[in-house]
Amino acid sequence: MREVPLTEASVGDKIRLEIEGREYIGILMPHHRFSGDDTITLKLENGYNIGLKVAEGTMVKLLESDVDRVESTLDIPEVEEDKPNISIIGTGGTIASYVEYGTGAVHPAETAAEILYSNPEIAVRCDPKVDIILSKLSEDITPKDWVTIADAVLEELNSGAEGVVVAHGTDTMGYTAAALSFLLDQVPKPVVLVGSQRSSDRPSSDAHLNLLAAIDVAKSNTRGVYVVMHETIDDKRCAVHHGTKVRKMHTSRRDAFKSINREQAGWVEPLDNGLDLKGLPEKEEKVATRMGSIEPEVALVYVTPALTEEDLQYAGKKKGIVLVGTGLGHMRSELISTLKEIITDGTPVVMTSQCLYGTVNCYVYTNGRKLLEAGVIPCGDMLPETALVKLMWALTIIGQDVKETMITDAAGEISNRRME
Amino acid sequence: MMDYKELGLRVGLEVHQQLDTGKLFCKCPSELVEEEGNETIRSLRATASEMGELDPAAIIEAAKGHRFIYQQPESSSCLVELDEEPPGEPNEDAMDIALKMSLLMGSKVMDEIHFMRKIVVDGSNTTGFQRTALVAMDGTLEVDGKDIGIPTICLEEDAARNIDDHGDNKIYRLDRLGIPLVEIVTSPVIESPEEAREVAQTIGGLLRATRKVKRGLGTIREDVNISITKGSRVEIKGVQDLKMLPEYVKIEVERQVNLLDIREALISKSAAVDPDMVDVQQIFKGTESTIIKNNIKKDKGVYALKLKGFASLLRGEEGEPLLGPELAAYAKTTGIGGIFHSDELPAYGITEEEVQDISEFLSLDKNDAFILISEEEDKASAAADRVIERAEMALEGVPGETRNAQLDGSTVYLRPISGGARMYPETDVPPFRVDDELLKSTEEDLPETPKERLKRYAEEYDLNLQQSRQLFRKGYDLIFEEIVDNTGNPSVVANTFLQTFPELEKEGYDMNNIEDDKLKSLFKKFSDGGFAKEGILDIIKELVEGKSVEEAIDSAGIESVDALYVREAITKILDEREGFVNERGLSALGPIMGVVMKELRGKADGEMVSNILKEELAKRVSDG
Repeated sequence: MREVPLTEASVGDKIRLEIEGREYIGILMPHHRFSGDDTITLKLENGYNIGLKVAEGTMVKLLESDVDRVESTLDIPEVEEDKPNISIIGTGGTIASYVEYGTGAVHPAETAAEILYSNPEIAVRCDPKVDIILSKLSEDITPKDWVTIADAVLEELNSGAEGVVVAHGTDTMGYTAAALSFLLDQVPKPVVLVGSQRSSDRPSSDAHLNLLAAIDVAKSNTRGVYVVMHETIDDKRCAVHHGTKVRKMHTSRRDAFKSINREQAGWVEPLDNGLDLKGLPEKEEKVATRMGSIEPEVALVYVTPALTEEDLQYAGKKKGIVLVGTGLGHMRSELISTLKEIITDGTPVVMTSQCLYGTVNCYVYTNGRKLLEAGVIPCGDMLPETALVKLMWALTIIGQDVKETMITDAAGEISNRRME
Repeated sequence: MMDYKELGLRVGLEVHQQLDTGKLFCKCPSELVEEEGNETIRSLRATASEMGELDPAAIIEAAKGHRFIYQQPESSSCLVELDEEPPGEPNEDAMDIALKMSLLMGSKVMDEIHFMRKIVVDGSNTTGFQRTALVAMDGTLEVDGKDIGIPTICLEEDAARNIDDHGDNKIYRLDRLGIPLVEIVTSPVIESPEEAREVAQTIGGLLRATRKVKRGLGTIREDVNISITKGSRVEIKGVQDLKMLPEYVKIEVERQVNLLDIREALISKSAAVDPDMVDVQQIFKGTESTIIKNNIKKDKGVYALKLKGFASLLRGEEGEPLLGPELAAYAKTTGIGGIFHSDELPAYGITEEEVQDISEFLSLDKNDAFILISEEEDKASAAADRVIERAEMALEGVPGETRNAQLDGSTVYLRPISGGARMYPETDVPPFRVDDELLKSTEEDLPETPKERLKRYAEEYDLNLQQSRQLFRKGYDLIFEEIVDNTGNPSVVANTFLQTFPELEKEGYDMNNIEDDKLKSLFKKFSDGGFAKEGILDIIKELVEGKSVEEAIDSAGIESVDALYVREAITKILDEREGFVNERGLSALGPIMGVVMKELRGKADGEMVSNILKEELAKRVSDG
């Protein structure tokens, strides 16, 4: 048994040390982000972690090195031949992750095997092809990643997949759904984004139900870009949302995703084999294609009573501005002249509403009419985030007027009728 | 009488005490409520890595079969209990109590307290894990001159309350989920049933000393680990009644001794378990047994297992633990209703003739026994596997098990005893730093220890050590002090708790039904001269029934001290004037009133005097 300075012991080593006459035996754990600098975390034999303050130069006995490392001998369930081919594209997030019980670290799944390992039921429903193209939490996703994901989806659609599931972190899943909706010009089959609000290493995770529901939609006779998540906080039904009309409306609930200004596309009850996708367009025998790209230099400006001329001028340095206006799509009248200068200089400015529900209408009040005269493009009932993505996309489409693109429905982002 | 020393009895306790603070990780009150609230349906799944194997079918079955329904009363639960919002930082009061308990037992408090997730997938936690933290280690507790080791003190969240098992769906209410619990574990050094109670009572007393723990049934729960030298460690979960603790230990020891005897008998009869399940449905073609008839109608079969040499060991002597129920308990874990065994047959409409037929069919001799299972084949086969497993264990002796405590002191098999719990860090809760400053201020704020309190009772209240100790052990110390500090009469109050209460309990009254406030106002009335101490017992009987103190005094027919005094005086006056009363009858009232008022004026209420006089006079006139 070697005695070494604590600093030489590594995470995963079983050590013995003595502090103030007391002996502690346990596995050295990774330093907790919120632990004191002078504190180590030890996993005791009873399973508990404790934080121990250690003096500099503390010596420990090395009992065993690198214990409890999970061996990656993963048995993959066999897939029956006649199951439909579904491609699962991993981008990161908690939907496909597993916990290493030794250290408690949560690892994102990095291989097909790991996704199947945590969700073996997938193999019963389809013949899955898993491709991990990114490993990012969704807050780290950039506009450039949208294009990468879109291309990966295209490749799958055009190489035999009957549907594609995109596993994605939930924070920005709505943005990616909108981006795929615009970038994919022809989408002859279902493309389904799915995430989870409770990470998949927890027994109560929603990842499992959501993933099965997403696969059920990907197998269905529909086409288009959808988001599939819990409809309520029950582990029963998942809602199917149109990719351009969905928004994360709660920080933590399972049913955070809601369809706004359009009825949700349908629902799935994966554990009870229930599914209702009535009225959705059917599959087509076509090649999937992409149109346009993404111009990342677009600002989204939340209009508040405190908004200043300088704020607008700063945003004006970008290639486009999405205003999230008050009420029907308004902003302080005295700022309109500044806005007009920006527009005249060639920067398109579009208007959405921070009410989220309902449509922008610039004819009702003088303020709105002045904005229209200044050249602001009203976006109807488009969600602000969808308008941001759409403007980024519209700016890359050569030979087409940005205003025309923005006010014409491309992927279900503008509805003419609203029921709530 | 068992010789526990000889048997090598070893008992260890895990005491779980609910704290009277807010919930551990949210701002909900720690109150159990009648409100049911909305319902949410959930399923939990053990992740593949947990089960250590991949069996898609099993996992899908689990997902289908085990749905849990959670009632979410708004008055006592929020999104945190529903697992719809991450936990907040641990409740400071709860942490303070855990630290104080640790210091009172001389434990080493951890420099940083880390909350863990302990996997529990029976639905009692919406998350699928219990949040628990090790607060301190290596304490000791002195009980009757013996040092009891306290290896760990933990702070954890209580589980949801199981309201009902509705077929496959268990119903839980979220009011209890998240109530802070302090868990105190003792070393397995307890050597007798009574010592187990002594230790538990001492721990309970220390907990109450913090004055921030919940009281009443279900607020303190014990898990009891019991073993004897030749037996195995058996963990009994959920003992709620401290008084019953010795009973659980006694019964478990008897059970283990009995199982060891059964083992010997089995070996002497060269007992063996035949692993093949045999279809015996044909024997029941014309059966009169309604259970089996109905089962066959529902396309269920009848299957038998042969247990060679097990005859008469399935049903032992009256009152002794038996092997039959043990086999049945294992079978029931597969979800079937139950089994029949040959020692209890003929019964349930199964005839002697049918029993004979089975015996013949299985070629049994008189030493052999059989088990009948009437179920669909796959279910029967799963149940049979567990019966075989348990029967084979009988040849080994006592299996290590976790058993559920029943109210009568008996226990029922729950699952094999688990190894170390699966735990991983609760990443949503940051570590709690205990620096020297916090430790010092906690130390300065420690409650009086029971020892100090006993000494003070002798000095301040003039109680003898025996009385003080009993008050403390029975958990009446705090309420006793509160009453006496307000209204005096320590010896009357102590006697009420130590004599009147046990007397009434023996008569079947549940003393938990009296709120502390009622006791306080009872003794206030007493000290104001509302009634004599002889009336206390009768009044308390009424209080137990839920009456207010005023109502109770009234319906117990107890008079105030004043009234007693007045009645006494009037009786004396009437006695002295017996002739006059006899002569004048009711019209003696006027003249005698004058005499009475002359004597009692200023000492008692006039109206009361007049009423009592009328009463007493009427009594004499009608008697005459």
